[in-house]
Amino acid sequence: MPLITYRKALNDALAEELTRDENVVIMGEEVAEYNGAYKVTEGLWARFGDKRVVDTPISEAGFIGMGIGASMLGVRPVMELMFWSFAYVAFDQIVNNAGCVRYMSGGLINCPIVIRGPANGGTNVGATHSHTPENFLANVPGLKVVCPATAYDAKGLLKSAIRDNDPVMFMENTLLYGEQWEVPEEEYLIPLGSADVKRAGTDISLIAHGRAVITCLKAAELLEAEHNIKAEVIDLRSIRPLDEETILQSVRKTHRAVLVEENKPFCGVAAEIAAMLQEKAFDDLDAPIARVSSLDAPAIYSPPLEKIQLPTPQRVVQKVLSIC
Amino acid sequence: MQTAVQNSSYADAAINRKLTPDDKIRLLREMHRIRRFEQVSLKFYNTGKMGGFLHLYSGQESVAVGTISLLGKNDHVITAYRDHGHALAVGMTMEECMAELFGKATGCSKGKGGSMHFFAPDKNYWGGHGIVAGQTPLGLGLAYGLKYKGLEGCCLCYLGDGAVNQGTFHESLNLAALQGLPVIYVIENNGYSMGTSLSRSSSYRESLAARAEGYNIEWDVVNGEDLYEVRAKTQVAIERAHKECRPTVLEIKTYRYYGHSVADANAKKYRSPEEIETYKTHHDPLQLWQQRLIEEGVVTPELAAEIEREARKEADASARFAEESPFPSEDEIFSDVYYEVDHQTESGRRGKHFFND
Repeated sequence: MPLITYRKALNDALAEELTRDENVVIMGEEVAEYNGAYKVTEGLWARFGDKRVVDTPISEAGFIGMGIGASMLGVRPVMELMFWSFAYVAFDQIVNNAGCVRYMSGGLINCPIVIRGPANGGTNVGATHSHTPENFLANVPGLKVVCPATAYDAKGLLKSAIRDNDPVMFMENTLLYGEQWEVPEEEYLIPLGSADVKRAGTDISLIAHGRAVITCLKAAELLEAEHNIKAEVIDLRSIRPLDEETILQSVRKTHRAVLVEENKPFCGVAAEIAAMLQEKAFDDLDAPIARVSSLDAPAIYSPPLEKIQLPTPQRVVQKVLSIC
Repeated sequence: MQTAVQNSSYADAAINRKLTPDDKIRLLREMHRIRRFEQVSLKFYNTGKMGGFLHLYSGQESVAVGTISLLGKNDHVITAYRDHGHALAVGMTMEECMAELFGKATGCSKGKGGSMHFFAPDKNYWGGHGIVAGQTPLGLGLAYGLKYKGLEGCCLCYLGDGAVNQGTFHESLNLAALQGLPVIYVIENNGYSMGTSLSRSSSYRESLAARAEGYNIEWDVVNGEDLYEVRAKTQVAIERAHKECRPTVLEIKTYRYYGHSVADANAKKYRSPEEIETYKTHHDPLQLWQQRLIEEGVVTPELAAEIEREARKEADASARFAEESPFPSEDEIFSDVYYEVDHQTESGRRGKHFFND
């Protein structure tokens, strides 16, 4: 199987869906002639032209609202946010219009859009550009939230997101764009709402999403090599819908769980999973559920400190040792 | 009747010369229906039959009726929360609208939307939106969809004078001009953004619509008291959208007789009773149109009274329908959230979508 980058996997998914469905339109800042601020849309404008790949002004509320309106007439916009942090100026459009229009119309309208872009810290750009809004967008019934951790998942999930008839918030990670994974050449889809066992183990479940999955895989190697602990790594892949069964199956087997996320801890994704686990797997647990999240302060600029603000394999190992 | 409106030459505009006597009577009937619907909804709101807010359209009827009377198959409508008038003007029934106010399962949104959120996509009516100016980029998107699909149409996107200071409206104007989209922003300027008068809420030189100048968008100011003028000037904008795929901003001067909403505690404080009375007496678009049609010999006072009685009867019947309709069942809380779940597709069946105890 060829090795391709996370960025190329996204690019391939977009190209394939543009080819498959003439209603799919890419919109966003610098997505066309500039080839994408992070080059995710590279070459698409040259290949598909002005109608299918559309540059917008720096006007997130305007163009996301425009995409939502267009989707009501059957266009399927895939809108790029240069950073998910910029979604905050479009929050009303995303939450009130994309998230609620189906409900408030009694099911007469649906909103088949994808909003995608990077949602991560760790790139020395300070607090305003480092937000991870998966928790509060997943808090909105009507929205779906997806956070792929590998190139393989990124491609299969993005294709499913574009075909989905509900609004999907697709959160990528700039630190993963250049990383490579094996991705098959033939077409495949990964459905939303299915978690993935990224590494099998028997002693503890490390449950994560996005780049925190990669952190967990490194931690699992350290745990095995240095402490003879076999960790299972569960990648949520999609936050809403959530694959509770895969999480529960793992915890019922290992009896211990550490939840890892680059989200902030308070009301974060891990907090939701912890509440679910204590309710549904209380008797299976041999230790309290533990969490490793971003350190609970705005994202710091100073590069060495920012590195330790995000979860590291070492912090995950320490947390595992505290309950094993 | 004393009025600021002289019998203008707009009656001679081509689009108005096409009106048959029946067309003119239909316009009168539509305005009476909206007025009566609002009166009946107010009555039941005050008896506690409905919750939430109720933003009444009384006084502004000529705007929705005049503009929407011009629309064709590929023309679309979207508005804000003062949405009952537009809903009736596009052809929604009083029954489905009244039932929605009562929160009943027979409402246009199955009782899930309420007063501010009426929808009828089958009539090209896309709401009904609660957040001030939040609908302005959606209207742009409807126009985008028309252009994308190669259809000759337009979107009439209504907003109040209080919405012109929201950022999304300005973003929408920029995008509309930049992309060449057939959207017509209709500012229904009733003089008050909630309890704040126009002069206290907006800085402008000659008109609100003139702000469009900065975005290189054509604009016009319209006297909402004169249905002929509303139609004539809106038609120019529609033709611009249809033939040239370009946007327009129209500012229609109008007035609302009730507060911002019925729950507006200061409704009688920020403007004088005399001001309201002056409008009702001298500037009421419904009465002015009716008077005009009597002068033209299109209706008799007796026929006008009959039209009004019919509208009242229809509104009363819609309230009875709403009262007798059932509330939505409890399981309705979880339908219409996700398309894929409602349709039980493979995607809708996978993973947990709702997080209840």
